[in-house]
Amino acid sequence: MEFFVAQILTGLANASSLFLVACGLSLIFGVTRIVNFAHGSLYMIGAYTGYSLMQVLPGAVGFWGAIVVAGLVVGLVGLLIEILVLRPVYRAPELFQLVATFGVILVIQDLALMIWGPEDLLGPRAPGLRGVVRIMGEPIPKYDIALLIITPFVAVALWYLITKTRLGVLVRAATQDREMVGALGVNQSWLFTGVFALGSALAGLGGALQLPKGGADLLMDFNILAPVFVVVVIGGMGSLPGAYLAAIIISVLNVFGVSYLPQSTLVLMFVVMIVVLMIRPYGLFGREEVAGEHGQVGEPERPIKPASNTVRMVVAAGLLVLALLPLYGSHFSLVLITDVLIFCLFAASLHFLLGTGGLVSFGHAAYYGGGAYVAALLVTHVDSQMELAFLLAPFGAGLAALSIGWVCLRLTGVYFAMLTLAFAQLIWSLVFQWGDFTGGDDGLVNIWPAQWLKDTTVYFYFTLVIATSGILILRHVAHSPFGYALRAARDSERQAEATGIDTRKVRLLAFGFAGFMGGLAGALFVFSKGSVFPNELEIARSFDALIVVFLGGVKTLAGGVVGAGFFKGIEELLIRFEYWRLLMGLLIIFVVIAAPDGVVGSLRKGMERVGLRRVEDQ
Amino acid sequence: MLEVGNINSFYGKAHVLRDLSFDVPKGAVVALLGRNGAGKSTTMKSVMQIVRTASGLVRFEGQEISNLPPHKIAKLGIGYVPEDRRVFSDLTVVENLIVGFQPPREGSVTWTQDILFDLFPNLAERRNNRGKALSGGEQQMLTIARTLMGNPSLVLLDEPSEGVAPVIVEQMAQVITQLKSEGLTVLLSEQNLHFARAVADHAVIIESGARVYYGTLAELNANPDIRDAYLAA
Repeated sequence: MEFFVAQILTGLANASSLFLVACGLSLIFGVTRIVNFAHGSLYMIGAYTGYSLMQVLPGAVGFWGAIVVAGLVVGLVGLLIEILVLRPVYRAPELFQLVATFGVILVIQDLALMIWGPEDLLGPRAPGLRGVVRIMGEPIPKYDIALLIITPFVAVALWYLITKTRLGVLVRAATQDREMVGALGVNQSWLFTGVFALGSALAGLGGALQLPKGGADLLMDFNILAPVFVVVVIGGMGSLPGAYLAAIIISVLNVFGVSYLPQSTLVLMFVVMIVVLMIRPYGLFGREEVAGEHGQVGEPERPIKPASNTVRMVVAAGLLVLALLPLYGSHFSLVLITDVLIFCLFAASLHFLLGTGGLVSFGHAAYYGGGAYVAALLVTHVDSQMELAFLLAPFGAGLAALSIGWVCLRLTGVYFAMLTLAFAQLIWSLVFQWGDFTGGDDGLVNIWPAQWLKDTTVYFYFTLVIATSGILILRHVAHSPFGYALRAARDSERQAEATGIDTRKVRLLAFGFAGFMGGLAGALFVFSKGSVFPNELEIARSFDALIVVFLGGVKTLAGGVVGAGFFKGIEELLIRFEYWRLLMGLLIIFVVIAAPDGVVGSLRKGMERVGLRRVEDQ
Repeated sequence: MLEVGNINSFYGKAHVLRDLSFDVPKGAVVALLGRNGAGKSTTMKSVMQIVRTASGLVRFEGQEISNLPPHKIAKLGIGYVPEDRRVFSDLTVVENLIVGFQPPREGSVTWTQDILFDLFPNLAERRNNRGKALSGGEQQMLTIARTLMGNPSLVLLDEPSEGVAPVIVEQMAQVITQLKSEGLTVLLSEQNLHFARAVADHAVIIESGARVYYGTLAELNANPDIRDAYLAA
């Protein structure tokens, strides 16, 4: 019993910063409709800033002052991000803004590295709260007690702000119908900026507040992201009480998990999320998401057409140049282009889901990494031949996608995206924590291709053929009757249903098919590297693909491949510099602002404008 | 008070308003008439710049406003009541009014919650109910009351009689008459000619986004062939 109480108290204390970060994200999403990937980065800046301030400011006043100032500083950073990066892209197609926030992640990672260096920083203890108190005989750190007391105050203050003040009323009104709020004389831009700054400040506060328990390091931005998304989704997007309750559930569960099921702490969180969403699809306190209720942005989709002869010739020429690469390229360039080709196939499979299917998945790495792991596990555990493992990998990934898709497709929009993320994380944590079977963090090694493919040049040709075929098949399917049905379901679900299309089935098949192709890319990957590690299943890997698909252009068929080729190429060039993330992040932000239709879409528009390309009649 | 000169508006590539011009004199009630799809709502949205005009002039009290964002136009004193009401359904009646609040404006009537609750007694009874719990008629009243909280000098009423019970339509007519007597200028769009006759002084008839008639309602009544040519019923 005593132990139980102590566990719960620790869980509640841990919930404190998770809640702050999560409700910031929830607020920002509610009003601006932006899924702020950079929220973890703001949390990280809060921790680092708080650390630095605590070094200078003395005593207890200094400690608590540092936390408050860290929150304010991060609020200011959020203000700048909103004005400089997000304002120019509010009119871009939905979800495109999240690419910009991904650019911000990269920039902040390198800035933090420049300012605070690569070493993990140990958070200072809170003055006057160093020891423990005994509650029912169990030691509880004094700082935990302090957090327990502070959090409800912050929560109530926020609740008051949102429910009782005019600002809060405006925020809630804007969550429902931004355009109408503007028509009633409220300047939405400043409302957005204000909310973004407030949400950021909360993330910063959360980062600084956890210093005595955690510290500051360069991985904390991505590490907090998954739990925060989980909390926001379980609680219900935009609900403060929901975020509070969910943060407590997750933290308490985690504390018990550490004591009783140490191997499954990570898995547990995602299992809870999946169970909650199966019972309450919009979270504990969320309400149904009505997409594009008012103020739908962006132009209507253009109809897709078979490639023109010019495009065919350009592609054929490009393939010829690639096929001749072994004649003039170095060994390194072969390896590099093999990587790029694999990534293109991976991105194309996600693009199929996003562009043709209109299904935004945040967890596509599950099928890419999944395919790689299926092959690697077959080779490791049953000593399978490479060819067989290679063949089975995409089927394994496709099956996984079918079963995950079956659950996720009950939801739509952001909730769908979040659920795919949760499943991807579930798979990642399974692989990460089930060391005996999957090798855990050490990965699986010695996964080499068959004898006839051992040579780099041969494997390069192998990849060229498989990846190109895969991409062409994906493209072909978009033009097939199945692709028509899928696009019909994307553009108007009701209309499609009324025409007799089983939209759920069509989407499920598309999800499985995209997973299959992702798995194929993963299989190519694992045999080219000879090993696979859990990071191929990570959020960051899913985001990589998501980013290039958006940057390439969701609404253009070639977008995924062009984006992948273009950005992977640039990344390979930039990676030689020490601060390549900074450059890459700035480049991404620049492309988002300068080319809101993606590289391909904007090129096409540019060519139409100067008359190189005929404007399509509609 | 409001001058609309040769405006053109588009939805994507669809040309909705074609060189549309009309004036709304100060203190008048002008009815914008036309069939379904003629472009009445688009005219309203174009005045507010919710739909941006591609060309032409929109002047309010002599000031060009077609280059301003909607919130600035609202701040100048134009109140917009949308056709589909767009009540904030998760907010209470009082909170809906708070969203509409703007500081008092010189030269126009100042509305307060109390005055509005006197004008719309049904809303007063439901002040703490959420928008989604209201009936269609109550929502219609709320959306007008919400706009009046901004103390506008010109009110754009988009189809106030659409989809509400006859008794509410009557109440709407009374409200509009009262607004007029308070010195407000009203531009209302209507399909219901009887309703327009009861409240309006001037009429603009549009057809396929272009103006086909502009004059007083008395003249329109004297020309039944115009009415029959462009208006249903």
